[in-house]
Amino acid sequence: MPTTLTINGKTHQVDLPDDVPLLWVLRDELNLTGTKFGCGVAACGACTVQIDGEAVRSCQVALSDVDGQVTTIEGVGTPQALAKIQQAWVDHQVAQCGYCQSGQIMQAASLLASNPSPSDADIDEAMQGNLCRCGTYPRIRAAIHSAAQMIQEA
Amino acid sequence: MSRVGKIARRSFLIGSAAIVGGVAFGAWYVGRPAPNPLEPADGEAVFNPFVMISDTQITLIAPRSEMGQGVSTTWAALIAEELDVDLEQVTVLHGPAAKAYYNSALMGEVLPDKGYDRSNFQHRLGDTLGHLGKPLLMQITGGSTSMKDGFVRMRAAGASARETLKQAAAEQLGVSRSSLKTEKGQVIAPNGDRIDYTALAARASKLDPIEADLRPASQWTKLGKSQPRIDMVSKATGTAEFGIDVRLPGMKFASAKVNPRLGGGMNSFDATEALAMPGVEKVVDLGDGVAVVARNTWIAIQALEVIDIDWGEAPYPPETDAIFAKVASAFDADPNSTMRDDGDVDALPAGATQIEAKYQVPYLAHATMEPMNATALYSGDRLEVWAGNQAPTYFRMKCAEAAGLESDAVKVHVTNLGGGFGRRGEFDYGVIATKVAKTMPGTPVQVTWSREEDMTHDMYRPGAIARFKGAVQDGKAVALDGGIAAQSVIQSTLMRLMGMEGGGPDKVHVEGAFNQPYAIPNYRIRGYLADLAIPAGSWRSVGNSFNGFFLESFMDELAHAAGRDPLEFRLELARAEWEPAARVLETVRDMAGWTGKTPDGVGRGVAMSYSFGTPVAEVIEVVEQDGQIRIANAWIAADMGVALDPRNVEAQMFGGMVYGLSAACFGEITFSDGAVEQGNFPDYDALRMHTMPKVEVSVLQVQEHLGGAGEPGTPPAAPALANAIFDLTGKRPRRLPLMHDFDLMV
Repeated sequence: MPTTLTINGKTHQVDLPDDVPLLWVLRDELNLTGTKFGCGVAACGACTVQIDGEAVRSCQVALSDVDGQVTTIEGVGTPQALAKIQQAWVDHQVAQCGYCQSGQIMQAASLLASNPSPSDADIDEAMQGNLCRCGTYPRIRAAIHSAAQMIQEA
Repeated sequence: MSRVGKIARRSFLIGSAAIVGGVAFGAWYVGRPAPNPLEPADGEAVFNPFVMISDTQITLIAPRSEMGQGVSTTWAALIAEELDVDLEQVTVLHGPAAKAYYNSALMGEVLPDKGYDRSNFQHRLGDTLGHLGKPLLMQITGGSTSMKDGFVRMRAAGASARETLKQAAAEQLGVSRSSLKTEKGQVIAPNGDRIDYTALAARASKLDPIEADLRPASQWTKLGKSQPRIDMVSKATGTAEFGIDVRLPGMKFASAKVNPRLGGGMNSFDATEALAMPGVEKVVDLGDGVAVVARNTWIAIQALEVIDIDWGEAPYPPETDAIFAKVASAFDADPNSTMRDDGDVDALPAGATQIEAKYQVPYLAHATMEPMNATALYSGDRLEVWAGNQAPTYFRMKCAEAAGLESDAVKVHVTNLGGGFGRRGEFDYGVIATKVAKTMPGTPVQVTWSREEDMTHDMYRPGAIARFKGAVQDGKAVALDGGIAAQSVIQSTLMRLMGMEGGGPDKVHVEGAFNQPYAIPNYRIRGYLADLAIPAGSWRSVGNSFNGFFLESFMDELAHAAGRDPLEFRLELARAEWEPAARVLETVRDMAGWTGKTPDGVGRGVAMSYSFGTPVAEVIEVVEQDGQIRIANAWIAADMGVALDPRNVEAQMFGGMVYGLSAACFGEITFSDGAVEQGNFPDYDALRMHTMPKVEVSVLQVQEHLGGAGEPGTPPAAPALANAIFDLTGKRPRRLPLMHDFDLMV
């Protein structure tokens, strides 16, 4: 029986075994490739999406366990209409290879939603599950602080 | 690269001087123009592989792999600087794999000199040798060479295109070319009228290219200034296309599993259970492994797990200890190289204090964030492959071999790379995708490896052992005698690529040890090659990645033996040898407020490494926190000669350092029963947000020659950290990773 998913405000019918992780539903079935595969064991954060606003590792959420509105990087903003957090990422020229950045942004957006003005310690706590082999951490931190300010000033 | 094809077909081109740079020998072969890869239609003149202007669009080709180092932006900026276009006005494409896109700088690095001591004549010789990259088909992004390669050639391509456009405008307007100016993609007539380049393309395509002098740096408007990276918006919105994101109509998903005993064969397999799984379409015999084609990647990975496979034996000792015993035994044979032998290390001055130390570093995986993958479409007489790759001409050659086709029948599309670090200079993942595609003509298939397959099937940074002796007298180093044993990265790479090892002294094996700018009167470095069949590959900074640790740890030991401050000790030796090396040490000293003294609970270490033409000094500060060691602060000073994009260079410097620190703390590949024991990030961790130090970078532009950026930040990272830990604990780290001997914060 097809499963109904709501992703970035749109409804999708997916006919797949229950245990297929959300990550692969997004990437291989729905062609939402902004969410990345990094490890498959929730150790790198590249696959981070939000379910009802909460950051989750989509490689660990089985299709049958998706209970809520899914937001992926594609639902945050677009190149023509950047969200504030994405603008902060561009302003600080954060990305190097860029592969982990969708997950970093989804995690950071979730942090900012619950904590509009995070301290460095808050950022350490929230972001430590998101690996970046290029080492962009200093600019991620700066971009989160900037985004917090931009959101508060809006 | 269908997009290039399309653009090229409607291109009325711009001519420009083909290749700049004198060729002193082998002129006919080396100098013969490479065929233009842009496939113009009949009647369209395409002279220049880097600049295309159609009636609607200006396209620049940046045929270097974008793996995060910002090369596509700065390469395009080199052209744009002389062409007088803004980066927002142009489309930048990677372009196809092609001889015309050879790297003109890489071969120049083979000269058997130290680099920093190169005379201007030797520099020109290196530039000339670099053009051997063309007949050797070296379209390679590596060796921190892209800017050295493009610096003159790309500005010349832009300048020539600009002057040819002006000539077209001059003919159209009936005025002299010298009366015209250019700005933002337009030619400006004497009366102020403006003509778009795109409107001049048709006329310009009929002209012979005009060569032009390059502008002095004082007139630059883009180079030397930080440009917004052209890939930044796409990478902040999830729209940048990596190899793993390629989606083609009718595409199938697959995953593969090759013998974990690297290079071993496969005796048999039973895929009955896998074939019965819902969503599994077929199982492909790869010879040394299997692939599963399925409805999605996850199902393919799950199915691989239930295939019962009888693997062959490993062609090397199966356990780590036996492997390192084999590495150590290389010291028993004659050295492969003695790349430096100054003075006489065996004749110690009377009264000198002698010290000795042994160091060992492990095998390392690259662990790019994007696991290996490639997408292939085979159609009987043609093959197309999509992948992030650092050496697309070789990648094409190997995929062609696997498909049983000529290279001309194979098209390689280079996507963004989700990390390269040297790993994507290999071709194994493309060959596997090709083998799978060959069993399903007309259907594209994407083969994505699991993280575990990626981690256990790398071309590893080889484990290495160093034996150093040295002597100090009156506060100075008077002797340094080092031996380094490891597998040869170059031999292993050439064996994969060409089926032969190559001979002669292996400079890469000892780089970062023999060529350091220290005036030590008796200074010898010998390299010993271990005969092991574990696949060894280039890992960000290659030989420097282990030799930086060996040499700069030993320099620290010498400083302490001499009773000197380790920074001042190095500074004195560097100043006497090569001023730029001294300057980065002075700069980092001042940035860090280095006094040589640290309070209880704080340790500081310094290291300086010269690699890829760039001296980099780093100071690392560690603190004791809740009984653990935390890396708190880092300061980096690098002298690039010319920093073409300072903000991007800064990112490369701290990124390179993080890569080195991650490996120093946690990176280790070990073997059991012939297989790699680490499978995923929990076994092979790296610095994360909370363990990342605060970092300051200073980019100097003083030395005479252009240095590299992507790798030189890595070699000093591990020794600076180890020296800081010694300062904190009094215990000298002589093996990596540090987590075995010290309680690091994780």
